[in-house]
Amino acid sequence: MPITKTADRWRPGTGTTALRDDLTGSNATRQRVTWFTRNQMRIAPAVFLLPAMLLFAVYVIYPILQSFWVSFHEWDGLTPDMEFVGLGNYMELFGFDWELLGILVDDGESYWRALVESANDQDFWRAIINNVFWLTLFMLAPVFGLAIALFLNQTVFGIRLIKSLFFFPFVISQVVVGLVFSWFYDPANGLLNAIFGSFGVPQFSILSSESAVTFGIIAAGLWPQTAYCMILYLTGLNNINAEQIEAARIDGAKGWSLLSNVILPQLRPATFLAVVITVIGALRSFDLVAIMTAGGPFGSSTVLAFKMYEEALFNYRQGYGAAVAVVLFLIMSVYIAFFLTRMVRQER
Amino acid sequence: MFPTPIAKLSRRTQTAYKLTLWVSLAVWLLPLLAVAMTSIRTLEDIAAGNYWGWPGGFNLIENYTEVFTRSAMGRFMVNSVMITLPTVLGTLILATMSGFALAQYKLPGYVLGLFLALPVLMFVNAVGLGAVNVILAVLVLAFIALAMWRLRVRGEIALFAMFIAGNFIPFQILMIPVRELTRDLGMYDTIWGLVMFHVAFQTGFATLFMRNFIKGLPQELIEAARVEGANEFQIFWNVVVPLVRPAIAAMAVLIFTFIWNDYFWALVLVQSEQAMPITAGLQALKGQWVASWQLISAGAIVAALPPVAMFFLMQKHFIAGLTLGATKG
Repeated sequence: MPITKTADRWRPGTGTTALRDDLTGSNATRQRVTWFTRNQMRIAPAVFLLPAMLLFAVYVIYPILQSFWVSFHEWDGLTPDMEFVGLGNYMELFGFDWELLGILVDDGESYWRALVESANDQDFWRAIINNVFWLTLFMLAPVFGLAIALFLNQTVFGIRLIKSLFFFPFVISQVVVGLVFSWFYDPANGLLNAIFGSFGVPQFSILSSESAVTFGIIAAGLWPQTAYCMILYLTGLNNINAEQIEAARIDGAKGWSLLSNVILPQLRPATFLAVVITVIGALRSFDLVAIMTAGGPFGSSTVLAFKMYEEALFNYRQGYGAAVAVVLFLIMSVYIAFFLTRMVRQER
Repeated sequence: MFPTPIAKLSRRTQTAYKLTLWVSLAVWLLPLLAVAMTSIRTLEDIAAGNYWGWPGGFNLIENYTEVFTRSAMGRFMVNSVMITLPTVLGTLILATMSGFALAQYKLPGYVLGLFLALPVLMFVNAVGLGAVNVILAVLVLAFIALAMWRLRVRGEIALFAMFIAGNFIPFQILMIPVRELTRDLGMYDTIWGLVMFHVAFQTGFATLFMRNFIKGLPQELIEAARVEGANEFQIFWNVVVPLVRPAIAAMAVLIFTFIWNDYFWALVLVQSEQAMPITAGLQALKGQWVASWQLISAGAIVAALPPVAMFFLMQKHFIAGLTLGATKG
């Protein structure tokens, strides 16, 4: 590639004339040609980008590489000695065993059964299953959010205040949301049991039931998440092309068919954003689990994010924790890649 | 407008709608209202299990004073402010600069390789600075740079993608190394450890926002300044910064809320009361005040108040920030 072409790419699209004026001194202000004026198109981007990139490199990129490395070790995090164990942590996570491999060669079906039975880390599988629950049920947030947005998209007295109050749960800390909901679920004094009690349902403690606890936490998580999706949809509805709606109405479209054929396609950007943020929120779920149950009872409400924290900081198994983090990271990467491709395509 | 404006419907439907509106709002905020109510209840109410009925007495001032006098809540509050404000300021400065650069300049693809050089070499240093490792790392970096250049990937897009991707990664993948790093820098269990990390992480999000905002500014203004002979730094300071004020306001409220509400990093990077922010502090107090729900509730309200106030004061900017990308794309 000729050198001039590369040099051109450093310059902004139409800024070259100004630069040439600078170089020839024909500019009205007659700037002196210094090393700086000649090279500022190279210096400026570097100066502007350097501080942000430096911090980002040190605090985000480097730790990702380092976590992968730590996950190949057994390490308590207290002493400096790390013992290299290769894929040992991952084998433990997934319950892999060399003996089992022999069974696989003989009979594939019994291998899977043996694998599930031998998995020595049941909590890890529990966490994965719970993350799947989070992911699936969190998809209700865009749906509820759209419903509330449609409900609120009117002009009546006080509607602005009402919209902001509906948005409230998203603004407050998850710690507060967790506190509020653990109390809401409280078997002795909670409102939920008071309501159920008035229908004659016996007292029930959601947060100490192994089968219900995850759903209780997800419901708490849906509260702020729905509020967020609602705001996205309200903004989307605000920017909808009014003429198209009128035209569709004249053509006789109304209610459901108007919504699904005219409104929803126009809300596509809002839906995309709502789904992306919701997926990420579901995979990142940590705060509520930590506050409401700390993964309990007996690890039944744990998720990958919490499992990792617990292994690394409470069980002093940093390598094992890092392996959990890597698994979570890889799952998330699928979604990130999906989002990035879309974004980069938009830039072209 | 969709759905059909309520004003076009019958009077009765309108009244019904307004009524439903307020009732549903009350149901939606019920858990929060209950907490607010409990925070002013008397001890007798709590002891009698009167959580959801009308309070037997109002202890507004007593309860809230008690929260501040009987615990380190005041300290936590100050810590949260001291963590949040420098983070917001630092992020805004860095992100406005990097957002400007990514929006304005065309960069060659190999800058991605240059950018990755620092973290990769840090990693090699941590793993072991053998000749083989260094050569391997340099080869990998050269390969990335070459690939970016040959594939004609634009450098500014690659960097931008990097910042966006960084936003979405799970915190857990950063946890162990960031903790070590903070410890090595002597900032473990201090406010500055949290500030440094938050600035680094939030810069990704804020850069995304700023870059898109600056990209949307009329290019003629910047060109005109260039023709006038302004240098790039003058353009940044005198032309761009005044124009991005709305974006700065939006970022400021959003980041304020995110950082104020952060819980995970407060757990990971801080241990003692002297640096603990209010979120972690509240959770710690919950353990101490087992049955004193009136105090826990008052504490929760105190913790929730600053972001709520921020939201109400700067609502327009807040929503503009959050819904970035919800209307186009």
